[in-house]
Amino acid sequence: MDFRFSEEQDELRQQARAFLDRRLPAAALGQMADSEPGWDPSTWQEIAELGWLGVSTAEELGGAGLGYLEEAILIEEFGRRLYSGPYLASVGLALPAIPQGQLGELAMGRVRWSLCDSETLRLVPNLMDVDQVVVVERDQVYSVPAAGQPLTSIDATRRMGRLELGPDRELLATGAEAAELALRLRRRKLSALALEAVGLAQQVLEWGVEHARAREQFEKKIGSYQAVSHPLVNSFVEIELARSLAYWAAWLLAGGHEDQLAAPAAYAAAAEAAVNTCERVIQVHGGMGFTWDSPLHRYYKRSLWIQHFGGPPDLHRTQVARQLMLSSEAGPPASQSAPGLRTIARTTR
Amino acid sequence: MELQDTAEEAEYRARLRAWIAEHLPQELVGLGTRTGRLPLLRQWSRALSDAGYVGLTWPAEYGGGGGRYALEGIILEELARADAPQHLGTIGLGMAGPTIMVHGTGEQKAAHLQRILQAEEIWCQGFSEPGAGSDLASVRTRAELRGDVFLVNGQKVWSSYAHLADWCILVTLSDPDAARYRGLTYLLVDMHSPGVEVRPLRQMTGDADFNEIFFTDVEVPAANVLGEVGGGWQVAMTTLLHERATLGFALTGLLDSGIRRLLALAAANRDAAEPWLAQIAHEWIQLQALKLTAHRSLGQLDRTGMPGPEGSVIKLAWSESSQRMTKLARQLLGETAVLDDGIWNYQQLRSRGNTIEAGTSEILRNIVAERVLQLPRSR
Repeated sequence: MDFRFSEEQDELRQQARAFLDRRLPAAALGQMADSEPGWDPSTWQEIAELGWLGVSTAEELGGAGLGYLEEAILIEEFGRRLYSGPYLASVGLALPAIPQGQLGELAMGRVRWSLCDSETLRLVPNLMDVDQVVVVERDQVYSVPAAGQPLTSIDATRRMGRLELGPDRELLATGAEAAELALRLRRRKLSALALEAVGLAQQVLEWGVEHARAREQFEKKIGSYQAVSHPLVNSFVEIELARSLAYWAAWLLAGGHEDQLAAPAAYAAAAEAAVNTCERVIQVHGGMGFTWDSPLHRYYKRSLWIQHFGGPPDLHRTQVARQLMLSSEAGPPASQSAPGLRTIARTTR
Repeated sequence: MELQDTAEEAEYRARLRAWIAEHLPQELVGLGTRTGRLPLLRQWSRALSDAGYVGLTWPAEYGGGGGRYALEGIILEELARADAPQHLGTIGLGMAGPTIMVHGTGEQKAAHLQRILQAEEIWCQGFSEPGAGSDLASVRTRAELRGDVFLVNGQKVWSSYAHLADWCILVTLSDPDAARYRGLTYLLVDMHSPGVEVRPLRQMTGDADFNEIFFTDVEVPAANVLGEVGGGWQVAMTTLLHERATLGFALTGLLDSGIRRLLALAAANRDAAEPWLAQIAHEWIQLQALKLTAHRSLGQLDRTGMPGPEGSVIKLAWSESSQRMTKLARQLLGETAVLDDGIWNYQQLRSRGNTIEAGTSEILRNIVAERVLQLPRSR
């Protein structure tokens, strides 16, 4: 086992961080979110030029020929800065369904994508910012031009719309192939949301720690009070555990490994770690954490968006439990299986 | 990134699994950290040593496997998978040995390291006292220099394996007038010396996994000081860091067999399990996260040879997971949970110690707050 990212992968992360620091400083986040269209479309062309829209696309199709692990790094870093352009929508959600012939257009930044896997309400992230939408239905997957109504999202940095289906659609998969694709899209969605959640939670924790180190009350730094420091530690623990799960799920997906448990596991852990961390760090900031001027509410809203867009974590856990109970690997050898009622009480040992 | 066994690791794991199946006595299965069945446990520990499944993390110059932490992780995982008990020499291998390597003299290394590795010396730890639990700097066990021996008087508690041990790593107060932390001296004490008395300490489970050790005018040669006289604090910190180094794998191993039991229990009692499915999965997910994090932390060990703070994170999360898992299992037992089943009832009680032993959760949170998050000290 080797959990380390390669040097090139570490460099990519540094590059992404530098780009986001330069183009989307945290101080500008609020203004951007409250403006129209809620993001800076000029960043899209830069992201395309950096090669980040064609990371996993083959070189002969205009991409970099890398894989999902590299995309995972970018999704995490974009989450850290609440990037509000359709990167998660295009790369995190829609990409596996995009026809090969159209990946080059995505890589060049000419066509943006999103995903609609909500059959009744047809809620689509970044609907007003994209050109094409992959639609997942029970027995078919197809793409349609993006059209519909803007809706008010709980997260102004991740706007939503209701898709209106026109007559113009391109069939991408049917029958068993569609079912298989839908499953892959679902795993990828949960994995991408987990990575984004880890990225944003890490940023929020860092702000919480920074504040607890600097802020003084009763002539002491508040970080020296265990009632303040221990909740921050709890967040650190939750984020580290969620990070391990998120990288595991991404690694499994990147390598094409069969697995239905890692992505929902990572998502459930990371979504909750993100919400918990935002809530704790808002508390650590006291009144300042409750203001509109603080970036914390933006992060909190994104964490809530993630937690609902991916579905309730406990629902995923329930499904994970059902699969575990079905799998024979889960049980111990017969000789040690569940204890039954003992007829002789043990009084001494 | 490669989150599966390499070819070498997979082969090692397969060979080990077969070896365990062949050599593990059925009577020892499920013993956990308990130390019953002593003669068999000694034999088992010796067999593990003889087969080369001990000391993989030790440098080759001391007869170890050359810092192969990944293989050590595999050994701990496979032993847990088979529900095999811990090696009796675990304190020597994980704590005393590594501390002697860092602070020991040539003579001390020659006297002990090889024997620890070969399971010929069993060690125990004399750190905690009735008045010094988490606060190690307040130990009162006195060591007074008289010529070329230290005269040791005092009492230690919560010492695992002391009833079996040949040697003890002992933190003493050698200079009561020195500033806090500066008056401590770390001694290597022969447990067979006159004046050493070990009394089992019965805990709430009814078992006696731990002991009290009483020292009455015990003579310890001055040559047995580890590190400097008055430098015991630094030496003790080395020990505690190593305590949590590969502990992660041992802990996730224990939790792994618990989770397998929990899932089997749930599968056998589906109706009772229905309302608890999310919590059951939560514990399974937590276990995967802990295992993965234990592997992730190996990167640090490989780079620096010193354990990172991840051990504290894993210990913290593990102990709470262990407690939740047990409570959950007892929900599934229904009304039979009022009877002692010898497994979950035992675990319910034993797991209360998990957030206390090897660093209370409060102390571990302080460690993470101060050393990892770099928050100001709380005291």
